[in-house]
Amino acid sequence: MYTVTVNGKRLEFNETLTIKDYLESAGVDPKIVVVEHNYEIPDKSKWNEITLKDGDNLEIVKFIGGG
Amino acid sequence: MYNDLRYSRQIILDCFGVEGQAKLKKAKILVAGSGGLGSPALLYLAAAGVGNIGVVDFDTVTLSNLNRQILHFASDLGRRKTDSAEEKLNKLNPEVNVIKHNTRIDIDNVEDIISGYDVVIDATDNFTARYLISDCCYFMKKPLVEGAAVGLDGILMTIIPNKTPCYRCLYPYPPEDGVLPTCSDVGILGPVTGVIGSMQALEAIKLVVGIGENVTSRILTFDALAGSFREVKWPKRESCPLCGKEPKITELVQYEIKCRIKGP
Repeated sequence: MYTVTVNGKRLEFNETLTIKDYLESAGVDPKIVVVEHNYEIPDKSKWNEITLKDGDNLEIVKFIGGG
Repeated sequence: MYNDLRYSRQIILDCFGVEGQAKLKKAKILVAGSGGLGSPALLYLAAAGVGNIGVVDFDTVTLSNLNRQILHFASDLGRRKTDSAEEKLNKLNPEVNVIKHNTRIDIDNVEDIISGYDVVIDATDNFTARYLISDCCYFMKKPLVEGAAVGLDGILMTIIPNKTPCYRCLYPYPPEDGVLPTCSDVGILGPVTGVIGSMQALEAIKLVVGIGENVTSRILTFDALAGSFREVKWPKRESCPLCGKEPKITELVQYEIKCRIKGP
């Protein structure tokens, strides 16, 4: 088991997950968010290559453009 | 001389003083959009004594605006928002100069509009305008306060060109067609835009007066249902298409972004 902090909340996982896997499992449409991984911003094309590890920090920010 | 009593409660702030007030009086701040975000932002800027306030809006006041666009009243229905804004701001504070831009921001006019101002507040309601404004501010080296709200979520970020991450460090390209709902689909609760619009005015005032720390190199996200703010440190995106090492955006772009079509 390992722990990843997602938007400030500590979540525990057993299975190996990429960023893309996590978004899918959380029901987040990857088309409407941007992602920061360990305080760096990976290109969207890397989301299915980066595997989440114990202690990682993930920030998922929605596209918000209204007013 | 200032009407000291009008501004006395901010002048007595240690960090502000008569110097701060003088800076505000000289300042030229543009607010793009006079809707849910722009209404509180404009009211606070006028109340604070910002000497020159530009307002851009092409729209007229409709009934569905009034749950959040507190600058406009029932008696303004059908009226140009820039006219309504000018009247209210002048009534609130006759000492401020209101400059009306009764037009939709586009690729041909954005530079002309922005060029006359020291600070820009983006209070528009769509990504087409947001990319035009933020790219233009980057090219023209104008500080920009980005804020947005939809549903029960808000976001805030201030950008100082060549110093801090830019809007495209956050959102490199617009979302693709058909994935984003429109504001009229998802809805919006007035105080949510009120919170973000008020913070945009605060950011602009801090920039002009030169006090405190702006929300740069980080974003604030507001979750109205949870009643919580989060601060997310946001660095420059190395591959940023605007301010990265190999910029791909070297001139203004006007995107056509289609929102999700409302289901049956």
